[in-house]
Amino acid sequence: MDTALPGEGASTPVQKTALLLLGCPEVPVQMGIALYLAGRLEKTGTEVSVAGNPSVIQLIRVSDPDRHYIRRVMNLERAMADLIEGRLHPGLTVAFAHNDAGISYAATVRHVSGSPLYLIIFGKEAEAIAGLAEFECTKIVERAVHNPVQLKKKIDEVFGWVASRS
Amino acid sequence: MGCIEELKYETILAHASFKECRDYVKEHFMERFEVEPGFKIFDSYIIGIPPILVGIDGESVVFPYTKPCHGTFLLRIECPEEVERLRRRR
Repeated sequence: MDTALPGEGASTPVQKTALLLLGCPEVPVQMGIALYLAGRLEKTGTEVSVAGNPSVIQLIRVSDPDRHYIRRVMNLERAMADLIEGRLHPGLTVAFAHNDAGISYAATVRHVSGSPLYLIIFGKEAEAIAGLAEFECTKIVERAVHNPVQLKKKIDEVFGWVASRS
Repeated sequence: MGCIEELKYETILAHASFKECRDYVKEHFMERFEVEPGFKIFDSYIIGIPPILVGIDGESVVFPYTKPCHGTFLLRIECPEEVERLRRRR
């Protein structure tokens, strides 16, 4: 059974919402993990929006044409503008970063949004990139490039989705 | 890059890290301002890791511009109005 999301109590009366901010799609694990995460969050009753650049949005549309996993997509610049201007208030935000730019986006989200921030850091330089994130967030770090399994395991642990072995 | 791409700009640094751009502004521009992430400039928002430095060079503004796939660019755009707006923030 899925558990409540970290930072969101069971008694929270408002609709649970999440924003996934994707970075440059050049590292393969990002898209698979985003689809997985969006699907799992939706199963917990969370309304998920995914923001990315035009290539990310096209990848989502091709990968998930019937919107089984990701139902709402938005342009990254639009999402950032809405966060900064206070028009977007996600219950939680998950930022993806495999480069310096990804950390810059996450740092900006941290500054303008009060929602819990999860930062998924991956790619060949994951540890070094993680060192740039000195702001308050929950970091999930794995040196994953092509194979998402270890990163998925860490995400499952953080979000409480580890399957019971009993 | 939105509206900024349509402006006449000079690229000082390209495909840089955010820190490299910050250090460059610190080392090369006597007049500089610290702004918050999300600071609006030329109808765009600065995306970055604090502290974010914006430099003034004559009638031009020097500022970091971050793109997800290409890193951070340090751009110079001549605009006396933006220079004045930054100075008024003091």
